[in-house]
Amino acid sequence: MAETKVLERKPLSLAERSNLPQIVSGLKTTVSHMFRKKVTLQYPEVRPTLPEGYRGVPTLVHDPHGREKCVSCQLCEFVCPPKAIRITPGEIDPEAETAHVEKAPKEFEIDMLRCIYCGLCEEVCPEEAIFLQDVYSMTGYSREEMVNNKEKLYELGGTLPDHHYKWDKKRAAEDAAKARGYAHS
Amino acid sequence: MELVPLLLKILYAAIMLVVVLTIAGYSVLIERKVSAYQHGRIGPNRTTTPFIRPIPVIGPLLTRLGIIQLPADGLKFLFKEDFTPPYVNRPFFWAAPLIAFVPSLAVIAVIPFGQYTSPLTGEMIPLVLAPMDLGVIFVLAIGSLSVYGVVLAGWGSNSKYSFLGGIRSSAQMISYELSLGLSIFPVFLWMNAPGSDAGLSLSSVVEAQNTMWFLVTCPLSAFLFLVGIFAETNRLPFDMAESETDLVGGFHTEYSSFKFGLFFVGEYGAMAVGSALFVLLFLGGWNFLPFLANPWPAGWIGSVLSVLWFLVKVVGMITFFVLIRWTLPRYRFDQVMKLGWTVLLPLAIANLIVNAAAVAIHDLW
Repeated sequence: MAETKVLERKPLSLAERSNLPQIVSGLKTTVSHMFRKKVTLQYPEVRPTLPEGYRGVPTLVHDPHGREKCVSCQLCEFVCPPKAIRITPGEIDPEAETAHVEKAPKEFEIDMLRCIYCGLCEEVCPEEAIFLQDVYSMTGYSREEMVNNKEKLYELGGTLPDHHYKWDKKRAAEDAAKARGYAHS
Repeated sequence: MELVPLLLKILYAAIMLVVVLTIAGYSVLIERKVSAYQHGRIGPNRTTTPFIRPIPVIGPLLTRLGIIQLPADGLKFLFKEDFTPPYVNRPFFWAAPLIAFVPSLAVIAVIPFGQYTSPLTGEMIPLVLAPMDLGVIFVLAIGSLSVYGVVLAGWGSNSKYSFLGGIRSSAQMISYELSLGLSIFPVFLWMNAPGSDAGLSLSSVVEAQNTMWFLVTCPLSAFLFLVGIFAETNRLPFDMAESETDLVGGFHTEYSSFKFGLFFVGEYGAMAVGSALFVLLFLGGWNFLPFLANPWPAGWIGSVLSVLWFLVKVVGMITFFVLIRWTLPRYRFDQVMKLGWTVLLPLAIANLIVNAAAVAIHDLW
């Protein structure tokens, strides 16, 4: 068992009991702080530098070719803990160049009054289509304004680099298979 | 009394009132700015008006200094809902802000703030609204009335927080009034030592400090007076009346809008008057510096210079009050009482006796 060490409390000296040296040293501290650099950030003009991996408002992104990456698999909708995401799946026009992707969201809504910025949607997305980026200031005058629709989500998200071009590879593989005679769809 | 001098007096009084209220108001700005600087913040720097913003260099500067913050705050107080809780004692509740506000302004009548040296005769006239021979007695008598505002607010509000604030405040004021009053006696003992007859007016105190300030000759008196002024104006570390950390708002918990604004301005007015008193009694008033003759020339230019120098000292004192507020924590109530009765009062009495003896010995030689 640890030994208990009793520290003796020394009686205060007369100078200490008068409080005056303490007041002077306190004044020294506060006055020296007056001339230090201010820590205030002039917010709307000066924005904070956000750390990497910051989880801001969830957004939808395009790939560098301008294709919308979301295929409306609705995994994010199912994983979203506060049920903030609502997706209406839609078909891609069969005549379109990306017709082999088959599906894209007709409407994609994220209710920012429900969103808890947990980032599960970004984590679960198999298409790397939804990202929590650096937008942190969401305001609106009504509940309707606080629901981000598809257009707004793409506007916020912009374009992010793509490392896989998954669907291009898939089409290339299909074309190669077709050329060798294995028609698979 | 003839009509013209009477009207002139009223005009002077109005000007003085405006000036003092402006100083009281801007000491709020000093408080906000100094506290901000001490915290590493910037303080109010956004409020502006369409008339000030477009001025090239001065406009942004004034905005950054927060000069417009004071009228903005005042307007905010005016337009807030004035809510009177149903359980208060209405006459007292309504009278209290006025009683807290008026004494601190009444005192300014006898406070001299500069000098006028006649270029013809070389005679020096102090600038003061009411040249009263008993200036100091008047200040102590009227100044101590402001505690009744706090006490009435505490009792009239009929709420436990206000009540506790009022009780604490009255106990504190009574305790510190004693040492405050006793602390300035030595100053007047020295002034009225046998052979000199300066009286009790505040302007004669300034004249007596022509060569040496009383801060140097009676340092203990100055210290006791300073502590007493801190307690009388309810400033930290003797913030017993408000104690917002344990009593919500203390005596003004139930007040809102303009009535609260009156308390607010009254508090800062008392601080400004207290600073002016300290400057007059111990920092030489409008005298330039100890050991140096006043450089103020005769005529009105000298008057303006002396008034400005006096204001500089007063603003310096106000800044000191603010610095202390944001440096020290509040004393506990029992500590305040103990300090007042067992330390400051005996010290004040001892100070008085020692100085009286010194005056007597000085007279014998």
